[in-house]
Amino acid sequence: MKIEARNLSFSVRGKCLLEDVSLTVQPGESLALVGPNGSGKSTLMRLLCGLVKPVQGDVLLAEQPLARLTRRQAAQRIAIVEQQADTAERITVRSVVELGRIPWLSALSPWSSEDTQLVDDALRTVEMEGFAQREWATLSGGERQRLHIARALAQRPGLLLLDEPTNHLDIHHQLSILNCIRNLKVTTVVALHDLNQALTCDRVAVLSQGRLVALGAPDKALAPETVNDIFGIKARWVQDADGGAPFLSFQLA
Amino acid sequence: MSAAAALAWQGVRGACLALPVLAAAVLAGAMIGETPLAPDLVLAVLANKLAGAGLPVDPVDQGIIWSYRLPRALVAAACGAALAVSGVVLQALLRNALADPYILGISAGASTGAVAVTIAGLGGGALSLSFGAFNGALLAFGFVAILARAAGAGSSRAAAAQIILAGIAGSQLFNALTAFIIAKSANADQARGIMFWLMGNLSGVRWPDVWLAVPLALAGWLICRFHARALDAFTFGSDSAAALGIPVRRVQVVLIFATALTTAVMVSIVGSIGFVGLVIPHAARFLVGPGHRRLMPAAALIGAVFLIAADIVSRVIIPGQVLPIGVVTALIGAPSFAVILVRGQRAAR
Repeated sequence: MKIEARNLSFSVRGKCLLEDVSLTVQPGESLALVGPNGSGKSTLMRLLCGLVKPVQGDVLLAEQPLARLTRRQAAQRIAIVEQQADTAERITVRSVVELGRIPWLSALSPWSSEDTQLVDDALRTVEMEGFAQREWATLSGGERQRLHIARALAQRPGLLLLDEPTNHLDIHHQLSILNCIRNLKVTTVVALHDLNQALTCDRVAVLSQGRLVALGAPDKALAPETVNDIFGIKARWVQDADGGAPFLSFQLA
Repeated sequence: MSAAAALAWQGVRGACLALPVLAAAVLAGAMIGETPLAPDLVLAVLANKLAGAGLPVDPVDQGIIWSYRLPRALVAAACGAALAVSGVVLQALLRNALADPYILGISAGASTGAVAVTIAGLGGGALSLSFGAFNGALLAFGFVAILARAAGAGSSRAAAAQIILAGIAGSQLFNALTAFIIAKSANADQARGIMFWLMGNLSGVRWPDVWLAVPLALAGWLICRFHARALDAFTFGSDSAAALGIPVRRVQVVLIFATALTTAVMVSIVGSIGFVGLVIPHAARFLVGPGHRRLMPAAALIGAVFLIAADIVSRVIIPGQVLPIGVVTALIGAPSFAVILVRGQRAAR
């Protein structure tokens, strides 16, 4: 599902968090959002899924204004995995993933075997099918994160937004989640801190102080000059001795 | 089976499970008291009154059962169910385990309204205590709602915390007003009477109260039950609910007004019975888990039965004297709650 941001601006109590950001993500494409802390990545995510309304500009989902959709229609198209979503409820792993089916259920279309199937699939995708009856409180940070992703997958969205999904994950699960995201047939926008992980996405958008400073193919958008400039470090390309793709190496400037 | 039929079947099955339990509790409420009466006597009175059976029953017994104990048991059931369901809804919506139906200032406002009428003499004797309590409750809730809105304008993220803070501010203000009125004009007898009323009192309940409490409890129940899935979506907060397609602001307004209105009416009939709206939701959650489609019926049933039982205990525990029901709910509720808490912890390990 295609999503387009047109001249998005957002501010809270007079402080501008995002200014005049325009970008388009094509159906099936994966876009990495990178930028320093406070650069507006999460704000852009929240605008793209309609959780907050832009002060200026529009979001178009499959060429239609997002603002015209009801919350329910939006939730049938867009799923978001936010940072640090926690609960004190004694809810089981399976029930968390079942929450993802809420946008599709109503009094006249109650839970069906298809919903059960989708929940099973989502749990399998994040390798948590053995955890179904565990309680939320007993899970590690990484397991919780994978569970949120499973919940988002159970929503069957056309557009998946992930805000730092690899936080709290060990390296195996970081790679497997990113791999899983790449293999999804949906459009994804993923905020990442690890620039080398961003290199594996189709395109990269770089945000700094609420503005879009670079957008394009990963090796262009994350050119060392750009990275040096906005993060205040010294980055350089390193060739992989085994012939893999080049990666970025960093030092304090 | 079509979707609508499945839904209807679900409702019928639930009712089949709950109604016998409820009926048994009401029957017990009609039987037990200072004068114990046999169950067949209660059934005979019901047959006489509802079907005109004309069975021979002592008119005094008939009066006790029909005019006093039955309305009392029915109002207790309606009130217990409504408070418990309101507690479930507010705990989910505000994401706070300490939320109860009185968190919106309703109990404090009701007591101010009650003392304004009975002690300060508002309305010159033309107004009833219930009327004063109901309007006081609405006034306090209005104050809390306006304050919460003014403080939390915009972001739904902060809304839950703002509502709780506004509720605390409102409760403090109205409690202070109540204390002021009592200190200024009440004599010792009046102060004692008000204290009894505040702790909950079902002795004055008659049939007109039933016709108010029962339909209202059912209406409140239907509104809340309709939003069960929406409440599930609040598990990870209001943003997460919005991302799952829930119109957060609308659901919050509808449910908060529905619970505030039912609670205000219940409080104006029976006083502010504490503990039910806080503890029964936790007990029900312990028994059936956090999913609201099972939690709400369970809480309603437990709340109804619990309050009927508490009323029976309040009538019989001290011969010749009726204890305020709020004392009983707290005396039974607090230890049972402690047991649930401890066992819940063990089960989680």
